[in-house]
Amino acid sequence: MSELTLTVMRLGFLAVLWLFVIVAVQVIRSDLFGTRVTQRGSRREAARPQQAQRQQQAPPQQRQQSAGGRRGRNAPTKLVVSEGTLTGTTVALQGQTITLGRAHDSTIVLDDDYASSRHARIYPDRDGQWIVEDLGSTNGTYLDRSRLTTPTPIPLGAPIRIGKTVIELRK
Amino acid sequence: MSSTTNSPTHHTSTIGSIGTPSRRNTELALLVFAVVIPVFAYANVGLAINDELPAGLLSYGLGLGLLAGVGHLAVRKFAPYADPLLLPLATLLNGLGLVVIWRLDQSKRLSANYPDAAPRQLLYSALGVALLVAVLIFLKDHRVLQRYTYISMAGAMLLLVLPLIPGISAPTYGAKIWIKIPGLGTLQPGEFAKIALAVFFAGYLMVKRDALALASRRFMGLYLPRGRDLGPILVVWVLSILILVFETDLGTSLLFFGMFIIMLYVATERTSWIVFGLLMSAAGAVGVASFEPHVQQRVQAWLDPMNEYLLSRKGIYGHTEQSMQALWAFGSGGTLGTGLGQGNSDLIGFAANSDFILATFGEELGLAGVMAILLLYGLIVERGIRTSLAARDPFGKLLAVGLSGAFALQVFVVAGGVMGLIPLTGMTLPFVAYGGSSVIANWALIGILLRISDTARRPAPAPAPNPDAEMTQVVRPS
Repeated sequence: MSELTLTVMRLGFLAVLWLFVIVAVQVIRSDLFGTRVTQRGSRREAARPQQAQRQQQAPPQQRQQSAGGRRGRNAPTKLVVSEGTLTGTTVALQGQTITLGRAHDSTIVLDDDYASSRHARIYPDRDGQWIVEDLGSTNGTYLDRSRLTTPTPIPLGAPIRIGKTVIELRK
Repeated sequence: MSSTTNSPTHHTSTIGSIGTPSRRNTELALLVFAVVIPVFAYANVGLAINDELPAGLLSYGLGLGLLAGVGHLAVRKFAPYADPLLLPLATLLNGLGLVVIWRLDQSKRLSANYPDAAPRQLLYSALGVALLVAVLIFLKDHRVLQRYTYISMAGAMLLLVLPLIPGISAPTYGAKIWIKIPGLGTLQPGEFAKIALAVFFAGYLMVKRDALALASRRFMGLYLPRGRDLGPILVVWVLSILILVFETDLGTSLLFFGMFIIMLYVATERTSWIVFGLLMSAAGAVGVASFEPHVQQRVQAWLDPMNEYLLSRKGIYGHTEQSMQALWAFGSGGTLGTGLGQGNSDLIGFAANSDFILATFGEELGLAGVMAILLLYGLIVERGIRTSLAARDPFGKLLAVGLSGAFALQVFVVAGGVMGLIPLTGMTLPFVAYGGSSVIANWALIGILLRISDTARRPAPAPAPNPDAEMTQVVRPS
């Protein structure tokens, strides 16, 4: 067998081997799955579906982490239960969504007859501002004294009332 | 979960969970690729050594393809959401191993040592894939293994002690890690003990991890565990030392202790366990090396391979020339290698196709090829740890991390030994090296990882309507 053929085969084999490694890494990249984020509402966004597609690819953790990194000095660092059976419970705010309710898979499981099983959730938006949202609960979620109808940013120290439980965000 | 958020730029976005695609077709495409590469390598070896395409090319390609196909169909049927990369990566490594073993079979300088190792290895691979299929069929849920926590401990101990029992022990070249099975040949029970021990550690640590993580004092930035919590780690340490002393097998001992430390760290998130583990393994290794001649000889060969080579050439008993020859093989391979079938790594002689098989890769594929092989191992480990991250139950998390940690440690121990980074120990490179026990046990390991990843990646069932939903009391304005 000629020297040239063997050299071509040798280099070709190495190339094919590395191609497999690269293809495998590409599969890993496309395999990152998480939550889907679809843009809608703004007409400009709707006209560009590719961009929305690209948004879908972004794993949610990254967004949350970058949001956490951008928080200012006055950002709350913990959630404190100040009234109710869970008084004194604190949860560190680290960019994760906190769900509240009687369902046992909630972040804070409320032992409260007036709370719904999936009552409300608290999450950071892209700028690290914490938002509280009522999840269609029976008795409603109150921020200060007003009943929530839309997702609302939470001021520092403002009481959020769910049934007999009151929570607030603190530094 | 679907809801709307208002960001300051007045976009509205919907966040909803994506159903995980099953990725079986990706796996099939990669599998075809993973079968084509070894067939190419096989043709290359034939052309380089005998100047003609090897006669068995078609049957070899069909054999490997059949194994991959059976594995794929079993995964498609019994674990449809499993990770798409594990099976192709293992198939490629197994195929490349078969090619290099066949290439060493062709060497006239070696033919006396292992006649026809490649067909036997193909048979072992078939047994391994059969075991993988059996794991997928019979292990419907990996959490079943949790029930057998202490039985698997007993099983692992039995497997580890077997090579010491006089009747069935088959000590070979200084290490007592084989047993004889009459009529079938020899078996290395340690490879199977690896899996059983991972099951035991996962089940044990899942129960005890809170005690190990929380009941501790803080001292100089380290969490010191309580004395009674040190019990299990001491027991495992003593056992791995005993393996080292009685079976004179550094690799197995390091593998088991290392696996325990990795799982302990993952279970408790305490760095102090790693510090303790490293100190204890260093103390144990140094202590044993001070009186065990077999270990001393390995350390000598590691520190001064050239001297060992010269002593061995003079015909002095108890010295080895292999370590130096492996280094020469890597050196003469250079960056791009000499080409398959065109190196002289068969000069290593004994164990060229088992412990030292990486040296052949190093010589004939060069640095570029060895890096690719190590990356393939790295990808398997990455998929294992990814599976562990995605697993929803603590037992599955620990088991996946333990199995992939053991796999990674085994690759490190044998590759580091052949390359002269650490003293050489008699372990096999998973999937690549010649040896039935190793190939079969590692296919079973991949089977368990596939099962855990199938459970972890399966889309969660829709939340059941909550039975206590009606029990929420309504506030009535009085």
